[in-house]
Amino acid sequence: MNYDVAIIGCGVTGAAVAYELSKYNLKTVILEAENDVAAGTTKANSGILHAGYDPKPGSLMAILNVLGNEYARSVCKKLDVPVKWCGSFVCAFGKEDDMTVKELYGRGLRNRVSDMEILKAEQIKKLEPNLSDKVTSALYAKTAGVVSPWELCLAFAETAVKNGTELKRNFKVSSIKKIPCEQCNKEYKSAYSITSDDGQSVNASFVINAAGVYADEIHSLVSKPAYKIKPSRGQYYLLDHEANGIVSRVIFQCPSNGTKGILVAPTCHGNIIAGPDAVSTEKDDLAVTSKGLEYIAELAKKSVPSLDLSLSIRNFAGVRANSTEDDFIIEEVPESKGFIDFAGIKSPGLTASFAMGDAALMLLEKAGLHIEQKKKFIDSRKKIRFAELSSEEKVELIKDNYTYGRIVCRCESITEGEILAALNSTIAPVSVDGVKRRCNAGMGRCQGGFCSPRVIKLLIDSGIEPENIMQDKNGSYIITGEM
Amino acid sequence: MNSVYDLVVIGAGPAGLAAAYEAWNKGVKKILLVERSSETGGILNQCIHNGFGLHHFKEELTGPEYAARFASMLKSTGVEVALESMVLDFKECEDGFKTVHLVNPKDGFCEIKTKAVILAMGCRERSRGAIGIPGTRPAGIFTAGTAQRLINCEGYMVGKRVVILGSGDIGLIMARRLTLSGAKVLACVELMPYSGGLARNIAQCLNDFNIPLYLSHTITDIIGKERVEKVIVSKVDEKRKPVAGSEIEFECDTVLLSVGLLPENELSKNAGIKIDRRTKGPFVFENRETLTSGVFACGNVVHVHDLVDYVTKESETAGKGAAQYILSQQNSGASFNLKDAVEVLTDENISYTVPQYIHKNTEEKVVSIFFRVRSVYKTDALIAVYKTDGKTKTRIASFKREHMAPGEMEQINIAVSQFTDTQNDFKILVAIEKPEEAE
Repeated sequence: MNYDVAIIGCGVTGAAVAYELSKYNLKTVILEAENDVAAGTTKANSGILHAGYDPKPGSLMAILNVLGNEYARSVCKKLDVPVKWCGSFVCAFGKEDDMTVKELYGRGLRNRVSDMEILKAEQIKKLEPNLSDKVTSALYAKTAGVVSPWELCLAFAETAVKNGTELKRNFKVSSIKKIPCEQCNKEYKSAYSITSDDGQSVNASFVINAAGVYADEIHSLVSKPAYKIKPSRGQYYLLDHEANGIVSRVIFQCPSNGTKGILVAPTCHGNIIAGPDAVSTEKDDLAVTSKGLEYIAELAKKSVPSLDLSLSIRNFAGVRANSTEDDFIIEEVPESKGFIDFAGIKSPGLTASFAMGDAALMLLEKAGLHIEQKKKFIDSRKKIRFAELSSEEKVELIKDNYTYGRIVCRCESITEGEILAALNSTIAPVSVDGVKRRCNAGMGRCQGGFCSPRVIKLLIDSGIEPENIMQDKNGSYIITGEM
Repeated sequence: MNSVYDLVVIGAGPAGLAAAYEAWNKGVKKILLVERSSETGGILNQCIHNGFGLHHFKEELTGPEYAARFASMLKSTGVEVALESMVLDFKECEDGFKTVHLVNPKDGFCEIKTKAVILAMGCRERSRGAIGIPGTRPAGIFTAGTAQRLINCEGYMVGKRVVILGSGDIGLIMARRLTLSGAKVLACVELMPYSGGLARNIAQCLNDFNIPLYLSHTITDIIGKERVEKVIVSKVDEKRKPVAGSEIEFECDTVLLSVGLLPENELSKNAGIKIDRRTKGPFVFENRETLTSGVFACGNVVHVHDLVDYVTKESETAGKGAAQYILSQQNSGASFNLKDAVEVLTDENISYTVPQYIHKNTEEKVVSIFFRVRSVYKTDALIAVYKTDGKTKTRIASFKREHMAPGEMEQINIAVSQFTDTQNDFKILVAIEKPEEAE
């Protein structure tokens, strides 16, 4: 198959690029190595929409962060992505930190971040009464927020697919060859043949490398290594809804050692998240350690002394796609015309994703891609979230479709109707966690203890063989046989 | 379904079934029993082993049989059962009635008014996230109850080589079930120096199958990319911290967690029902009324019971209590004045009691107090009950025990005549003492 553009990787970066490209008359394919989108860094991070005071002025990180934050408002609304514009604090504990807070404020001004303010201790206490008495000042960035990262990725990807983009899952790229342009689209001066480890093959005139922690390896398939991904693992506590309200904003500490420190924040699903630490590690190392959890507990309590970690419902770890460069690596690879890297997308990559489409379009046009806007573009998405409906809406909904009257996930009040909608969605899930990412079933305090057998049954009813039902990635089988 | 009832019972597991049945027999006529799954019986339906009913029915039944007895008893009554129905919330109204919101596929979203509510939602299992087991997060980690559901109700096997963390009863039962189904259970690992389960289950489910029980051990690492590949088990010291160098490696594809049950009270909390931090269930009186007038609670939603027979007994108490409340028309909706209640205190050897309060004007002759001790008593011990005004205390009863353990609930019965006193404020104190002090 020949395409104009192939995007390698359907994390939030690849999906955001696909979404933007789907506004134009292009033949685009996304190649995702896993059985679902959002399977890497996208599904395990803090979910913060940063205001943009942190990155070095003039860097891609700064520009795309601030632009992304601005775009996020309308995109989340249009594509029905859960988001809370709650604002953030960077807390200072003492004189040295007070200086850092001032410095961040100054950097924010240079990065054109709006709505920032330095708060004094008594102002802080008024807004966040559960913060430590030891907080001496804080940078309050009102434009910060929290988002559901995997739902954002799904929203981008689903909208792209609805507008004609092709998504190939389980396509793990193993080789990329430059081929004569005539073999793809002779209009263009570049062409690549991309092959998967199981022998599938596509041709594309342009390639976007959005392979997350594997971006350096994909890059090396067409060019000599120019950078290395240096993965850094961060682990988290996720607390029950009962903890909700202990803080209303994202609470950072002053940055140290190149990370933004341990945060305590509300999530857009009504939980509280605490983490992450930063440990350099392997690309696929997602283990949590008791040492790491103890470290997080200690530092999280430095900000919020009354934080009750016994309300933990899940620990998890994610891997940051840090690279040997200080900034995002977003550029056409020299000597490989039409091959564009989106690599080293570390924090604030999630926020920046909203602006990645712009960046991709600019680079692709510069590389010779002709673009023409589609006359018809579906730029909306609407999901039914039963728990959020009014009584009257619930009455009407169940009258219309009785499966919305059957609650499957009791912790989050997720109905069978919502699970069926997920199973019939544009990018249908094949795993229990895939269902969870689409409708929140199993996200609550019992962590799927009660609903997973019913979700498994619904997956079987949707046509998947019992032994092929995965917890998450391929190989994570649940059932070992019939009784 | 109607829109007004005298009593709504939330949950048709053993607690709800017995409470609804008892309330009917005591004269309440408009009862709605609400169940979220498609049949009554609750967790009993997946407990296909026997050992149920020895106290209540004086014979040994399986879980489904026990549930079926109650289901057929209930058929002879006018209790209305709403299946596949989930209560979303309930609250008190100004007129003393309670408003209950529920959904089901047939009636949709409904608002129901009722004079009284019995909470019988049961409990849920603690999951991995609640105890923070280090390691990766592959497939193959199940709570024991989820595995039981998949095997016994859905008909799917969940693993071949299994390590069980926690020696709670469901974990022990599942050790036997998995072994009988062809899996190899390599170990049952318990953090505490004693088992959390019943002695009979240790004997019948582990010892009979030569499954080793590692006391004072825990899982310190789970290894596996997509599916569990192995676990590391370590010995723990007195502070329950892993001892370096004591690691044992088990190659396995499955980990079962049986690390405790938590009363499921989100509905209760949202309705403003006062919860005891020790039991994680509502504070209750001797008639199982909560601190919110007209709202009763029974079964594992109040505290986790050892045997279903005890759940049944407690639920009969709640059903009777609710019936008295409804029929005496005292449904004013007013909250209790705790001055009219006797609080039950404990010493440091006891983790909690149920009930936590006794109505001063109770009509009962005898009140049963249930509690759990904090540690194992292998030699004679004395349960002493005092009446105290805060300054002085008078012993009103004492009970000898040869053996007590946290895994086994204790029960003492106290004659109300021992402590009735309408004049003064006083409390009851339950304490564990050495027998010689008692003489």
